[in-house]
Amino acid sequence: MKKIIIALLTLLPTLALAAGGGGALDKANNDITDKESLRNGAATYMNNCLGCHQLQYQRYNRTFADLDIDEKEGMATLMFTGEKVGDHITNTMPAKEAAAFFGAAPPDLTLVTRFRSSDWLYTYLRSFYADSARPFGVNNAVFKDVGMPHVFQQLQGVQELTAEAKAMLQSDNVRPLTSADLVLTQPGELTPAEYDVVVRDLVNFLEYTGEPSKVERHRLGYWVLGFLVILFILSYLLKKEYWRDVH
Amino acid sequence: MFANLMAWFDERLPITDAWNKHVGQYPAPKNFNFWYFFGSLAMLVLVNQIVTGIWLTMNYEPSGDGAFASIEYIMRDVDYGWLLRYMHSTGASAFFIVVYLHMYRGLMYGSYQKPRELLWIFGMLIYLVLMAEAFMGYLLPWGNMSFWGAQVIISLFGAIPVIGDDLTTWIRGDYVISGATLNRFFALHVIALPLVLVVLVFLHILALHEVGSNNPEGTSIKKKKGSVPEEEKSKFKFHKAYTDKYDIVDAIPFHPYYSVKDIMGVVGFLILFCWVMFFAPEGGGYFLEAPNFTPANGLKTPEHIVPVWYFGPFYTILRVIPDKLLGMVGMFAAIGMLFALPWFDRGTVKSFKFRSKWHLVNLVQFTICFIVLGILGTMPASDLANLIGRIATLGYFGFFISLWFYSKNEQTKPVPERVSK
Repeated sequence: MKKIIIALLTLLPTLALAAGGGGALDKANNDITDKESLRNGAATYMNNCLGCHQLQYQRYNRTFADLDIDEKEGMATLMFTGEKVGDHITNTMPAKEAAAFFGAAPPDLTLVTRFRSSDWLYTYLRSFYADSARPFGVNNAVFKDVGMPHVFQQLQGVQELTAEAKAMLQSDNVRPLTSADLVLTQPGELTPAEYDVVVRDLVNFLEYTGEPSKVERHRLGYWVLGFLVILFILSYLLKKEYWRDVH
Repeated sequence: MFANLMAWFDERLPITDAWNKHVGQYPAPKNFNFWYFFGSLAMLVLVNQIVTGIWLTMNYEPSGDGAFASIEYIMRDVDYGWLLRYMHSTGASAFFIVVYLHMYRGLMYGSYQKPRELLWIFGMLIYLVLMAEAFMGYLLPWGNMSFWGAQVIISLFGAIPVIGDDLTTWIRGDYVISGATLNRFFALHVIALPLVLVVLVFLHILALHEVGSNNPEGTSIKKKKGSVPEEEKSKFKFHKAYTDKYDIVDAIPFHPYYSVKDIMGVVGFLILFCWVMFFAPEGGGYFLEAPNFTPANGLKTPEHIVPVWYFGPFYTILRVIPDKLLGMVGMFAAIGMLFALPWFDRGTVKSFKFRSKWHLVNLVQFTICFIVLGILGTMPASDLANLIGRIATLGYFGFFISLWFYSKNEQTKPVPERVSK
């Protein structure tokens, strides 16, 4: 019976995955303990994303402290519109008008990696392709008909669907697109490898904002588990000692 | 000095006597196995939920505008707020894991049979209140899955003829799930239901100590007074409430023997609990669901609305029955069957070890059906899932019905007079 239960439990994640429906995602392989990468990601975010996407639950000073950014330097290089350092990272875009511009208001991204996953975001930001049918001339392989323009087009260049992918979309056997269905037809300022690093750092930063205490959580976790393992051995010995007069 | 102090109290309140009766000189069978850890673990998790819950309410804001942001405030700006929140969210799932295993123990060893029917009923009431408590708690983060989960479940009551619509409005306090719903769920979650839970747990333990603990063999440790030779009686001192009525055999005092054993169980449990809490607090998306990291939005449904895993079995029963009202009847009947279990089982042999092959087969098929129902409940519906779900639903109800038939004249093995180990 135990074997059946274990077999069923192992099946469980597979079934859940099968229910997901989306195409395969590329691995972000980001590292939230890499502060250099987090700082680069923060700079990319503040310069390219914050205009539309707030991080309304995250504060500037907490970010600076966690990323080892000097407060004065941070205020000079990463804060642009005169906020106080203890403020949340917000913008002034009115939600109503934003919805009119893009079809939907750009969502807050503080928790985006917890909602979508880091791998999803990493794949998404690298999967825009030219599609003249869309208002901004781009579509996305993992987020069909997304309202967002390709902000990094200058860096990445222009991607297009491969001939096979186009044929697949016309056929009866339509499957979800993946980043492998795209080919770079017009190089940007960065090589694909360099662009991947920019995106990885950005994803890394957003994984950090999703849960700023994650590094601390892991660090504390090892100590707690270590303590409990020792306590378990001691409690086992204590039990054994007491139970000698039962048997 | 201390003895005088205790004497002063004992003259006014039976502290020492109560301790002896329920802990220090409570006779527990000496052959408890792994499955007997989960009662004390359930108490531990209850205390964890209450204590972390108190601290969470200090910073939580029960309003439609503020709830979601206040959770993120707790996660970021409150010192160790993330730890409190994860202890509470992981604790909710742990509570159900522990309680399901605790109930399963009772099922395997017949701990619901005479004279423990009322003890089982109290346990079932605890389980019922716990489900209500968890359901209401799940709305409080005000995430999108909180919102739509509550929307789906509350709308079920709309299937009740005549009063359905008015009833759902009465439950919500509004025509849709709103801040009014959130506020009343908050009140029930932090005050009303925990109070009921604590009282029920108290009664559960009192009823347990009145009839005594069962054990994996289902043999009684209480023998007729005067029937056991002196040298075979348990060598330990037990409270006179037990020894006046019975000769006690094969028993040991709960404290220190089971208290030290339970400490070991607690630490073992905490290793697993902390491993999840510190390294996978989302529990693979089952303990904290991804759509709940976006705020409640009445205009945007999550891709698949599924309840939290612990409601899975009953949700599947609801879903695979084609008619909404009948589905709801089926769902509540599934819980009702558990309540009535002591009367479905007409046998007198408790442990499955000494019962018929049929009973073992029935128990195994029930286990599989319950797990399958649970898995299906967390997945989107499909034709195949509905078919499997219907078969498993039949298996679930079939367990109780067939038990009633075969238990009357069951071919059982002889039950040993004494605990064998």
